[in-house]
Amino acid sequence: MNPPLLRIENVTKHFPGVVALDGVHLSVGHGEVHALLGENGAGKSTLLKILAGAQAADGGSLWFDGGALSPKDTPNQRQRAGIVTIYQEFNLLPALSVAENMYLSREPLRGGLIDWTKMYADAQAILDDLGLALDAKVDLKRLSVAQQQMVEIAKALTMQAKLIVMDEPTAALSAREVDTLHEVVRDLKRRGVSVVYVSHRLAEVKALCDRYTVFRDGKYVAAGNVADTTVAELVRCMVGRDIEVLKRVSPAPHMHSPTPVLRADHITRSKDLGGCALKLDDLSVEARPGEILGFAGLVGAGRTELARVIFGADACDSGVIYLNGTRLEHLKSPKDGLANGIALVPEDRKQQGCFLSHSIRSNLTLPSLGHLRKWGWMIDENREAELLENFRQRLRIKMTDGEAAIGTLSGGNQQKVLLARCMALKPKVLIVDEPTRGIDVGAKAEVHQVLFDLADEGVAVIAISSELAEVMAISDRIVTFREGRITGVVSAADATEERLMRLMAIGADAVSVPAEPIPLPA
Amino acid sequence: MKSDMSTTAGSALAPKKSPDLFGFVERYGVLLVLAVLVLFFAIAQPRFLSLRNISNILTEVSIYGIMAVGMTYVILTAGVDLAVGSLLAFSAICGAFLVRALGGDFALSWLVGLGVACGVGTLAGLLHGLAITRLHVPPFIVTLGGLTVWRGMTLILGDGGPIGGFDAGYRWWGRGAVLGIPVPVLLLIAVSFAGFVVARYTRYGRQVYAVGGNAEAARLSGIDVKKILVSVYAIMGLLSGLSGFLLSARLGSAEAVAGVSYELRVIAAVVIGGTSLFGGIGGVGGTVVGSLLLGVLLNGLVMLDVSAYYQQVVIGIIIVFAVAFDTYAKSRRGGRV
Repeated sequence: MNPPLLRIENVTKHFPGVVALDGVHLSVGHGEVHALLGENGAGKSTLLKILAGAQAADGGSLWFDGGALSPKDTPNQRQRAGIVTIYQEFNLLPALSVAENMYLSREPLRGGLIDWTKMYADAQAILDDLGLALDAKVDLKRLSVAQQQMVEIAKALTMQAKLIVMDEPTAALSAREVDTLHEVVRDLKRRGVSVVYVSHRLAEVKALCDRYTVFRDGKYVAAGNVADTTVAELVRCMVGRDIEVLKRVSPAPHMHSPTPVLRADHITRSKDLGGCALKLDDLSVEARPGEILGFAGLVGAGRTELARVIFGADACDSGVIYLNGTRLEHLKSPKDGLANGIALVPEDRKQQGCFLSHSIRSNLTLPSLGHLRKWGWMIDENREAELLENFRQRLRIKMTDGEAAIGTLSGGNQQKVLLARCMALKPKVLIVDEPTRGIDVGAKAEVHQVLFDLADEGVAVIAISSELAEVMAISDRIVTFREGRITGVVSAADATEERLMRLMAIGADAVSVPAEPIPLPA
Repeated sequence: MKSDMSTTAGSALAPKKSPDLFGFVERYGVLLVLAVLVLFFAIAQPRFLSLRNISNILTEVSIYGIMAVGMTYVILTAGVDLAVGSLLAFSAICGAFLVRALGGDFALSWLVGLGVACGVGTLAGLLHGLAITRLHVPPFIVTLGGLTVWRGMTLILGDGGPIGGFDAGYRWWGRGAVLGIPVPVLLLIAVSFAGFVVARYTRYGRQVYAVGGNAEAARLSGIDVKKILVSVYAIMGLLSGLSGFLLSARLGSAEAVAGVSYELRVIAAVVIGGTSLFGGIGGVGGTVVGSLLLGVLLNGLVMLDVSAYYQQVVIGIIIVFAVAFDTYAKSRRGGRV
């Protein structure tokens, strides 16, 4: 057997007060797609940084392509050696063209000046070769997240990458885009390029990867062939215990209040906001107290957009929202939504949710400060701390000090703080958008349990997720979206993955799709 | 992790650290620089620590220190206000203009001067805020416009020269003292204390931090971001007006060239005090220390008979190094260096 392309042995890394990596191993063969698994805080990110040259290991050795890697290598040197890392936040410049991004600081020259013709031609050749329908001359900012990721991969190929490391590459992608990405990864493999694939989505790992390595709490736990294991086995390795996949037990129908707490009627928006297709075409939904209403659909299908209109974050042209039968006027900003008992945990934790450099305490209490005052004006810090302590216990938030910046928490715990922020307001309607994106299996189950508890307490929960399995597991009823329309409302009992996919992808529930459009009545 | 994400002296929201030596240096870095400067000047020139000189320094600091408190709020929202020096002159000359028009020497003329200066300052600040939030012009540009507009208006109103002839009641605000403490210094203490308490212990203060920390998250948390932005520029205007009134009372006239390039000094005081230009991090406590540091430096160099030309060079270098030291101390704690 050939020596592996990458061999990492006994690598350790200490931070003040923490052992981030404790003698871990990783071995990746030529043309192999290798899954690196572990919960948040297991040490994956630290190892990726060491591999990329962004941080130096304290001990251990790294071998790559037949030679030892110096711990003093800079990220630049590692890239030249053939190790290219694609982070969740891309290293791309939005104002430059695709080709300029791909050849940034390595532009082909002719007589000391940039050879634009060659650069565009080379870039286009690589894009075409990957089977991507992308124009090398178009500005990067006009591409979707998924397309930008493809540009990152194409860029890696311009560097003659032998190993491409992908950190959570599918966290922000819709199902269709994930398929495209997997095609490209398989194509890389055929070219002999190895891939280290970090993901929390184990079904993807099962479908795509050849081998896996699991870390837990900074230690190496297991490695092996993906074909020889099961998703349940991988989960057990990652968390060190069995995790039951929580399935919502819908309350009996008579438990439901017959009157919806929230009714959105004929929400319509024809104009596009900010260039994206955010059209809403006559959407009506209702949510009853005590139920979890799932919103399923591809990214951009209208799920998030409708939720934001209900919350007051975005405007619509026409349509009415009723709360407990009362028509809500003037829902012009999130402030109005919150005042009416509608709360939203936004989809992008870092950009829309957290104040990363502020303390956990102030992140949690910000919208509730009006109720945490003494003498009518001064914030009562003791009551703030009490509130935090309550939620820390209730949601099992793992933290040592409420004064620490929220940015120091893992994604799952950040998400719990954001949930707590909304829960502290005691909303009647709670909208959670991608509540478990990018968080580990253990935290995910805990977040789901919190949503179940809230529903049982009588809150109407609207849960939006790109993960069909998640929507199916936690919802009582599921609303499907496609291209700005609602294509169906299915009760959890009747929902199958196939049926939902059909509603989301083609908008029809019938087993056979009519070959010709049904003529409209005159 | 960016270094500006770590903690800062006097910050309301930054994480508190456990007491150890480096934590101390980190938290009080600028204060240490200030102590070293005071020690240096005191040894080099014994007159530096005379009561009279200390009172001088503090009175001098008061004028821009009051504005620096307002500037802290502006910078906490990730904005900036370049118009404060011009607005100081304009609001003071508006007050002086009305006082002169009413005869100059009448009972409570100071109240007219104070009221008009603060009112004009607040209105001008409101205009800045509205231009920023309604016309979507960046704060840098809006207040750069304000910098020249208000200076031009000052020259028009004063016909290029000063307006003076205040009575003793008016001048008391600049030259008087209570229990030996100069009136402007008392006002600086009052404004700083109020500024500190509001930033740290009120909902409004938290909302200012939130808007600067992450505007979109602030909006989704139910904060009226535009209202907060308009309010900080209005407060900045109010404090510019107050400073303008105090300076005119001190000089005995509202000068058309008063406060030229003060905006740089005020911004420097805030930044030296550890407030991040990216917003969301910092606080009034640090700003007070930053203002004192600048005051000590300006005064100390004069006391040492350093030529005015060299003073500028030294001050520029020390500003950069004070902030560099602060940043270094923080990044050490963040495990970066």
